[in-house]
Amino acid sequence: MTEYNFAYLDEATKRMLRRAILKAVAIPGYQVPFSSREMPMPYGWGTGGVQVTAACLVPEDTLKVIDQGADDTTNAVSIRKFFARVAHVATTEATAEASVIQTRHRIPERPLTDGQILVFQVPIPEPLRFLEPRETETRTMHALEDYGLMQVRLYEDIARHGEIARAYAYPVRVEGRYIMDPSPIPKFDNPKLDNSPALQLFGAGRESRIYALPPHTRVESLDFEDYPFTASKAAGQRCAICGAEDSYLDEVITDDAGGRMFVCSDTDYCATRVAAQAEDAA
Amino acid sequence: MIPLLQVEGLSKFYGHHLGCADVNFTLWPGEVMGIVGESGSGKSTLLNCLAGHMAPDTGRVMFDTRDLGPRDTLAMSEPERRWLARTDWAFVHQNPRDGLRMNVSAGGNVGDRLMAVGARHYGDIRAQASDWLGRVEIDAGRIDERPRAFSGGMQQRLQIARNLVTGPRLVFMDEPTGGLDVSVQARLLDLLRGLVQRLGLSAVIVTHDLAVVRLLADRLMVMKDGHVVEEGLTDQVLDDPQHAYTQLLVSSVLQV
Amino acid sequence: MIEISGVGKRFVLHNQGGVVLPVMEGATLSVWPGECVALVGASGAGKSTLMRMIWGNYRCDQGSIRVAGVELCGAEPRDVIALRRDRLGYVSQFLRVIPRVPTLRVVAEPLLAQGMAEPEALERARALLARLNIPRRLWSLSPTTFSGGEQQRVNIARGFILDWPVMLLDEPTASLDAANRAVVLDLIAEAKARGAAILGIFHDADARAAVCDREVDVTGFTPARDLSA
Repeated sequence: MTEYNFAYLDEATKRMLRRAILKAVAIPGYQVPFSSREMPMPYGWGTGGVQVTAACLVPEDTLKVIDQGADDTTNAVSIRKFFARVAHVATTEATAEASVIQTRHRIPERPLTDGQILVFQVPIPEPLRFLEPRETETRTMHALEDYGLMQVRLYEDIARHGEIARAYAYPVRVEGRYIMDPSPIPKFDNPKLDNSPALQLFGAGRESRIYALPPHTRVESLDFEDYPFTASKAAGQRCAICGAEDSYLDEVITDDAGGRMFVCSDTDYCATRVAAQAEDAA
Repeated sequence: MIPLLQVEGLSKFYGHHLGCADVNFTLWPGEVMGIVGESGSGKSTLLNCLAGHMAPDTGRVMFDTRDLGPRDTLAMSEPERRWLARTDWAFVHQNPRDGLRMNVSAGGNVGDRLMAVGARHYGDIRAQASDWLGRVEIDAGRIDERPRAFSGGMQQRLQIARNLVTGPRLVFMDEPTGGLDVSVQARLLDLLRGLVQRLGLSAVIVTHDLAVVRLLADRLMVMKDGHVVEEGLTDQVLDDPQHAYTQLLVSSVLQV
Repeated sequence: MIEISGVGKRFVLHNQGGVVLPVMEGATLSVWPGECVALVGASGAGKSTLMRMIWGNYRCDQGSIRVAGVELCGAEPRDVIALRRDRLGYVSQFLRVIPRVPTLRVVAEPLLAQGMAEPEALERARALLARLNIPRRLWSLSPTTFSGGEQQRVNIARGFILDWPVMLLDEPTASLDAANRAVVLDLIAEAKARGAAILGIFHDADARAAVCDREVDVTGFTPARDLSA
């Protein structure tokens, strides 16, 4: 045999994954256990996302992979090349052209559209993990909607820091039912989860869990009435390359003397803007 | 008037070993009932069965719920029972560590039950927590301290505040003054009595301390080897005990 | 208001070989509103036992004890609790309180238990403590530290704070000086005047003569004791 099966995994495995995904779509925010496979990359490098992507891909798909918003980082490049080789699918860096986007830690700035699938890589799927270490108990808490403890955590944040101190992996409530960890995306991206026209799938390889947000699902970030959720980013800064003020920025250290600049974390968004500006100028 | 709690034929076995057998009683609103007996007499087993921490083998525990009237709590679904446990019921453990979240501030501990039943206004939660700290005589300035910074008596008072903040109607207490110094006990007893009286609470208190039940309980149940051997008005059981075991128990108390 | 007929009682001491001690037999008496009746008889004749059976902390084995319409023989605890809260007052010889509670609250407690607002209840307690000559500086202290006479007056204040229709008094004037004794006798007279039915034990013959309308000798209710039985 010289070729891998389409998208690396055998058909029986993909069927198992699709069942898990269907169940996850049917119960938004609920963590569905699945039989996670060994992948040709270490845990922590997106094995969960890769398995979900493999189960979703069809030959006609166009795949985009980003890591922290960038298409050109090691992790993104290797996963993109992996699927180009084992599934022969087209790849792209343009958010608008992709039918499937696998992501680590970001949601693209450009609004997603109907028919797109966004696959998140998830390190720790259980939002209650650090409040209650017992998996048996956290499952019961989810089953019984016993979520007071999560709110206590946020209360403690305000009591100690004057605000809810979580900047990423900010917990959300899905359709008024399950509390879900949105993976370590910055809380700046949380509003994009809500009522998105795209199908959003979450895969945790090491923890063997898949969960999902079907298109147009109500997703609310947890907060208090008098301390409402705010999707903050670096205040008063704009991208040093494209000048965007509305995108999530990475801080880049430029020399040994403390020089720094802020640039868009979403490289496609930044490049698209720069291209448009060049066109306008011409 | 409808009884708040009606217990019928409650039994619990641990394998062949008897926990408690055929317990029957009726608790009326505003009544405080004491359960006394030596270690292993089944009093804690009974309390845990009543509070839904443990499933008895036989019997019914009818509780007069706010919305639906008397319901058998043993036949309730787990979500219903948990809801009851954080609204109309309270459970005060002997060891405050079992009843508090030790890594959460005092305010968070009191606010916990409020948030569990849906409170989402930080300012309101904090104001209520602060009010309750005051009621249990903890300086409101210590609202952000964690319980481990508190003395044993303060921890126990914090546990009581945490339990009473949702306005329960029935409080289960397991040796609430057990691990405390005598002087601290007196203060806690006074506090409990005042709260029970002012809030019109009903309570079931398990203890081996007869002085505690004389001061807190209207009624008394004496247990031995899993059976209720005597029950009645507290001072009648203590002053005119009928059963051999109760007579022994009462005559064994050291006089100061 | 108090009606006792054919009341009998015996103690069974299980831990002393099951010895049976009959202590009362055929006790019968009644007390009407506005009258004060004294129980008399030699020490050990059963005066205190009868008082305790009426209060309800001794169980009644035989006969009937009706207090303000409630049958105490075989009564449910909650009926006795309601009776004590609303209609039956008791001045015992012993003060049993939670160590830390201030005197003022101890005295006001029966009012608070009936649901009276705290300021009003405390005001009444202050007035009565003043009348019984308890120094104001002691009001905020627990009575557990007081002298015998002071404790006794706190007990009396607690007993007279409410206008109970039925009252039991166990040696209310014992260990009191002449002035305070006079105050207590006045309180008893006032209670009678408002129609309370009072049953008491008074060793002090002068006090008895001053407030009691008649005497009942409990010696007649004492069974012949045969300890060898």
